[in-house]
Amino acid sequence: MNLPLLSLCTFVPLIGAAAILALPRPTGARWIALGTTIVTFVLSLMVWAAFDPANPGFQLVERVDWLGGGISYHMGVDGISVLFVVLTAGLMPFCIAASWKSIQTRVVEYMALFLVLETMLIGVFCALDLVLFYVLFEGSLAPMFLIIGIWGHERRVYASFKFFLYTFTGSVLMLLAIMSMYWYAGTTDIVTLLNGVHFPVGMQTWLWLAFAASFAVKLPMWPVHTWLPDAHVEAPTAGSVVLAAILLKLGGYGFLRFSLPMFPSASEMFGPLMFTLSVVAIIYTSLVALAQEDMKKVIAYSSVAHMGFVTMGIFTLTHQGVDGGIFQMLSHGVVSGALFLCVGVLYDRMHTRSIAAYGGLVNRMPVYAACFMVFTMANVGLPGTSGFVGEFLTMLGAFEHNSWIAIFATTGIILSAAYALYLYRRIIFGALVKPSLQAILDLSAREIAILAPLVVLTIAMGVYPKPVFDVIGPAVTKMISDNRTALAVDRAPKLADSRALIIRKGVGQ
Amino acid sequence: MSLQTDLVLLLPELTVAIGAMVLLLTGAIGGEKLAPVVTWGAVCVLLLAGVGIVMGPQGAAFHGAFIADEFSRFANVLILAGGALSVLLADEYFVSEKVSRFELPVLLMLATLGMMLMVSATSFLALYMGLELQSLALYVLAAFNRGNVRSSEAGLKYFVLSALASGMLLYGISLIYGFTGSVNFTAIADVTTVGGASLGIIFGIVFLITGLAFKVSAVPFHMWTPDVYEGAPTPVAAYFASAAKVAAMCLFLRAILIPFPDLIAQWRQIIIFISVASMGFGAVAAIGQTNIKRLMAYSSIGHMGYALLDLAAGTALGVRGVLIYVAIYIFTNLAIFACIQSMKRAGKPVEKISDLAGLAHTDLKFALLFSALFLSLAGVPPLAGFFAKFYVFLAAIQAGLIIPAILGVLASAVSLVYYLGMVKAMMLDDLKAEPLDKEIAPASRAVMWLGMAVVVLFVVAASPVISAADAAARALLP
Repeated sequence: MNLPLLSLCTFVPLIGAAAILALPRPTGARWIALGTTIVTFVLSLMVWAAFDPANPGFQLVERVDWLGGGISYHMGVDGISVLFVVLTAGLMPFCIAASWKSIQTRVVEYMALFLVLETMLIGVFCALDLVLFYVLFEGSLAPMFLIIGIWGHERRVYASFKFFLYTFTGSVLMLLAIMSMYWYAGTTDIVTLLNGVHFPVGMQTWLWLAFAASFAVKLPMWPVHTWLPDAHVEAPTAGSVVLAAILLKLGGYGFLRFSLPMFPSASEMFGPLMFTLSVVAIIYTSLVALAQEDMKKVIAYSSVAHMGFVTMGIFTLTHQGVDGGIFQMLSHGVVSGALFLCVGVLYDRMHTRSIAAYGGLVNRMPVYAACFMVFTMANVGLPGTSGFVGEFLTMLGAFEHNSWIAIFATTGIILSAAYALYLYRRIIFGALVKPSLQAILDLSAREIAILAPLVVLTIAMGVYPKPVFDVIGPAVTKMISDNRTALAVDRAPKLADSRALIIRKGVGQ
Repeated sequence: MSLQTDLVLLLPELTVAIGAMVLLLTGAIGGEKLAPVVTWGAVCVLLLAGVGIVMGPQGAAFHGAFIADEFSRFANVLILAGGALSVLLADEYFVSEKVSRFELPVLLMLATLGMMLMVSATSFLALYMGLELQSLALYVLAAFNRGNVRSSEAGLKYFVLSALASGMLLYGISLIYGFTGSVNFTAIADVTTVGGASLGIIFGIVFLITGLAFKVSAVPFHMWTPDVYEGAPTPVAAYFASAAKVAAMCLFLRAILIPFPDLIAQWRQIIIFISVASMGFGAVAAIGQTNIKRLMAYSSIGHMGYALLDLAAGTALGVRGVLIYVAIYIFTNLAIFACIQSMKRAGKPVEKISDLAGLAHTDLKFALLFSALFLSLAGVPPLAGFFAKFYVFLAAIQAGLIIPAILGVLASAVSLVYYLGMVKAMMLDDLKAEPLDKEIAPASRAVMWLGMAVVVLFVVAASPVISAADAAARALLP
């Protein structure tokens, strides 16, 4: 295998975007975009096929000199990142297909921006250089800003500004931290930083805080989550899908890739803070979701709650917790994406997101009701769906770490059942009394083609999650053992100090 | 060191000087109908001088008054590029405004000559001579559209304030001369290294920095900038924002770092203050603007703040950061002013932000290009402006300027508000008034696409620029 698969995966969408701008015709743009995303998806499957799960290190590595001075174009995937590449590439064709009819204005720009966004998002998960990572991480902001701002709903300008300013401000401090790391280690190469560099404990604290500022906003964690309901609600359907399914995962991925392995002592120190914020997010945002009148807001707040499970799981640093956190991210990527697509189906028909405008849809839309049911159940975490596996494992990890965390987080599961079923009941069940809904049509063939694979995937991941764990397992094992070793190194001087103290005391006596 | 070798070293400057005089005579004898000849002649002479800069020998000339080194080479290439592109933009502008005059390219050449001397000067007298040559030409240029009240006002304002700043600068130079006994940078460095900072020298440095801060329009000496940018003809404002800023910044580097390397503790705190103040003020004050040229003025104040942060670093890496910064900045700014110059409605130039509303509906390519330029100024990756800021902050962190760097990145997040406001007007808003004219004149188009190419392609073609800046920085501070 000599093909630079990861670079191809990353830059094929960019070529597609250039082709769309070169031939600016709406129909052509749709087909080029769909073709490009499908080609990218196939490439990402080739990446998965070429990936050796037994090897915990980075694979399919490409390296070219870039800016000089230890900053290079370095790409590669390990067990933690490879499935995110597949997830991103896999969801994009659905996004394009979901926008086929609902986007009628400025189609050329829309499709081009989506492809640029795909390049940035796939690249982020492959980047093995901090500067490259940052460029791609922030590079996703401008396309997303335009997608929300141009094709969004009523308050789109406000939402897009809020999205850009929040995430940009969070990230600039990370940039400074990256620079300090560069001056300490002489390189921004992630592999070198993971394996050969050990930051002093005091420095770790500041670096951890700077990185967390960025990832916590992106994830988002309570209390910096307020951009998310606005952005999700105002974005067009496919924009919400990308935001919920992929953009949020960048935060969790960042914690896993950088904060935990590179700053182990700081991660341990801030662990209680992370658990507290996670549990607050799980309970508080679930309660907030109960009170929403807007379908998209319910799903948006539920995303914050589910991301709470992710941070809770990965900061336990147990095998189950981290595995569960990654699985939860992948599962939430599929499920929340699908839920936004379901809302999009209704919005395309009725042009309102208000829950009160619906009711009794099961009478006219049985297929839709069934699909929506599957995703709702996965969102609740019903056994047999993908949502269960991740939540169960993160809870298991949390229980092992500290049972109080697990007890508080469990209430979140109950609340999630409450808001999800309450939403489902108000929209789907009951009598079909509203006159505007009398003529509503069930799913079209295009919509079934979009939702059916996601239904299958949701159930398959819930029933047989082994292929996923086979891939992420060795990398997680390596990360946890590296973390333990590094912690031991950090503690060693302290032990020596206390021993010296004891000896001195002995001498004094 | 014979006169002959001295002259060979200054051949590019001589080319511009003689070219300017010949073209002036051509215009004076041939009259207005030869104006196009003068314009193209000016562009050719500037390009020729650029070739001379790149190919020419290096060394010190005129008993250490001037130097041709990697640093002046880097700066001069940028200044000549800025000058040549401004000549093209100016020609187009004044032809369409029907006030075309052959003096314009000649004045731009003389200002460019002054800048070339400024960045090559290694003695305060040579520096002052270059600075005044530049300033005198710029006074006339700012007021060039003399039938227009705002243009005359801009010229007068710039003249009065700039003269005051030059006076302060000269007073600082005289104090430094009085207390060190020399105007030569290296001779001053020898004295200050041995003798340390006497009160007189510190006073001299303060006045020197005041004068130079005025030229780069750093806070609190920035008041002239918005009025001059708004009042001056657009291509002249482009010249102010590009070549003039680059020259002043490079001059600032050499005139502080070479004579006073051991007094860094004394001048650093001043530079940090004006840097942070400029970044903060530039970020906040631009938010309320409605005129694009005024907005660009406040933006340039902020951008000079970022560059000054690396002067405060006082290291070769800092110099490299500034050089990469100004190299990207000059092309972005020229392209933005070319865009502003192309904004016309029914043949009449417009320059309000609201005039851009809905541009994407009528001219998508123009809107995308203009938006990309603003996002680059905001420092959004993967555009060139991000790398400019990256190298600036990289050097600042290395020099231990953590708090100013944190303030700087936060200011850049604040400044995002108005850059995004521009993008919003073009991409998000609906068409409100008559659409802008679609045809864009060739020179503006060329400058725009050049800027766009720099902004977009820097991410893949960065390493030659970085290594050139690195070599230039090492020539200044080994």
